Amino acid sequence: MTIENNTVLTRLRTALPDAITGSAEFRGDLSVFVRPARIVDVARFLRDDSALRYNFLENLCGVDYPGRQLRFEVVYHLLSFTNRHRICLKVGVAEHDPSVPSLTGLWPGANYHERETFDMFGIVFIGHPCLDRILMPDDWEGYPLRKDVPLGAEEVAFTFNQERIYAHKPFARE
Amino acid sequence: MTVAPSPARALTIPAPSQITRPALAGARETMVLNMGPHHPSTHGVLRLVVELDGETVVDVAPDIGFLHTGIEKTMESKTYQKAVVLTDRTDYLAPLSNNLSYVLAVEKLLGCDVPERATIARVLLVELQRISSHLVWLGTHALDLAAMSVFLYGFREREQILDIFELVSGARMMTSYFRVGGLAYDLPAEFEDAVAAFLQVMPGRIDEYEQLLTDNPLWIERTQGIGAIDGEAAIAFGLTGPGLRAAGVAWDLRKSMPYCGYEHYSFAIPTATHGDIYDRYLVRMAEMRESVSICRQALQRLKDHGPGPYMTLDRKIAPPPKSEITHSMEALIHHFKLWTEGFRPPRGDALAAVESPRGELATYIVSDGSPKPYRVHFRAPSFANLQALPYMARGHLVADLVALIASMDPILGEVDR
Repeated sequence: MTIENNTVLTRLRTALPDAITGSAEFRGDLSVFVRPARIVDVARFLRDDSALRYNFLENLCGVDYPGRQLRFEVVYHLLSFTNRHRICLKVGVAEHDPSVPSLTGLWPGANYHERETFDMFGIVFIGHPCLDRILMPDDWEGYPLRKDVPLGAEEVAFTFNQERIYAHKPFARE
Repeated sequence: MTVAPSPARALTIPAPSQITRPALAGARETMVLNMGPHHPSTHGVLRLVVELDGETVVDVAPDIGFLHTGIEKTMESKTYQKAVVLTDRTDYLAPLSNNLSYVLAVEKLLGCDVPERATIARVLLVELQRISSHLVWLGTHALDLAAMSVFLYGFREREQILDIFELVSGARMMTSYFRVGGLAYDLPAEFEDAVAAFLQVMPGRIDEYEQLLTDNPLWIERTQGIGAIDGEAAIAFGLTGPGLRAAGVAWDLRKSMPYCGYEHYSFAIPTATHGDIYDRYLVRMAEMRESVSICRQALQRLKDHGPGPYMTLDRKIAPPPKSEITHSMEALIHHFKLWTEGFRPPRGDALAAVESPRGELATYIVSDGSPKPYRVHFRAPSFANLQALPYMARGHLVADLVALIASMDPILGEVDR
């Protein structure tokens, strides 16, 4: 029932040779590095190919690597119900233009995951129907899961310090 | 700014602003109602922006994030062992399932083996956890539809399970019992009897709940044919767990991609066909019975296996027992290194997925070779499942929305993390 990593990789490389920039295997899991512009093509091929059929978008998240040429990485995990196999797609994104095409056209369920990745890392998903913040308040500034955001605490407003806090955090007033 | 109203079966997941903005601009004839975040039926702090035509739901937009505590960010500053406690706090009704997903991911990074006794205990405990989580779902679901007694009965049995958790870990809810490489402590002597006593009574108790609800005309009236979803749409939205199986897709990670030796247990994957609230109810009830059967098998395995190590013997991962520390210098060094610095998994990333009571819970960890995880991400089932809510709710009444939320069993701690 299961499929070999090499079979998947060969099939993918044959079909879309220019979209793949590399691959890696760690603890038996296959990761494929994809050019940002081609992520939708790759995902569509993996979903619709009769032998692969990665029909389920399992996970989508971002990782921040400050210092790398492509600072951000968007990580996709696709799952094939028929082959019981998981593939990981990785897309590098530059800091000056953090954008990737959206997968919401293929899986509507990419919606929340992309909103969360935008909210946490500031990565823009082009073609997303409504890329609002999802977990943080709408007027929060910055992207908390970036490595240059320090781990801090939310100050709690009491009567003795509320004016100072509200001055730089107007949304807390409500 | 106007947005065309979504057709009833469109696969769209609106953001709150997509409903509130046209409403504020007066572009639509419909009424916008705010439900929550503080509302007994929202099971936490879920806010729904509901667009109504009379009493009929035109569209719904879940607004989440009220319980966001930055768990993923905080974990980046803890060592691998210390981050276990944070996993308890995501899905607070199934902390052991979260522990399991996290420790499996770290063990995968390390390439570390877990002793048989620990693996069996893990299976037994997460299945008990599944029953206890389903009992809270059942109780609150029935309570939302004005059936009070199921809640009281359900919590009676849940108490028994929490007592077992207290017995093994010292805590009823925030257990942190699974550690990287095995278990925090060995199972106590009273454990087997306590579980056996619970398994003795539980099947009869499930019959009791079913007597109250399964053929109850009021229950059927409120649940059958409401909030239906088909398998194809469920997969498109990333719906997993009982919601997906009620839609006829027999996908359960315990069977499909087994972990912790689930392939050695015999159990069925309950499914249904309509994918409505009633079917989700039937699937979860059947799942509880299957879990009781898995627990029985695991208890038998535990007895057959007998005492043995409950933690990996690799001293680079798990500290040596106290008795060794008192007379071995090397053991003392290992202990000191592990608790001051921690272990260093090799560079790489790993994803480990388990079937939590709510669906697929996956933990993705990136290691940079340091003793602290570089990035941790939870693929929380409640978060993904919530995306199917607008699709399920359109065309139904506001009162059905309450039943619908309950039937999806979202845990907001896990949605917001």
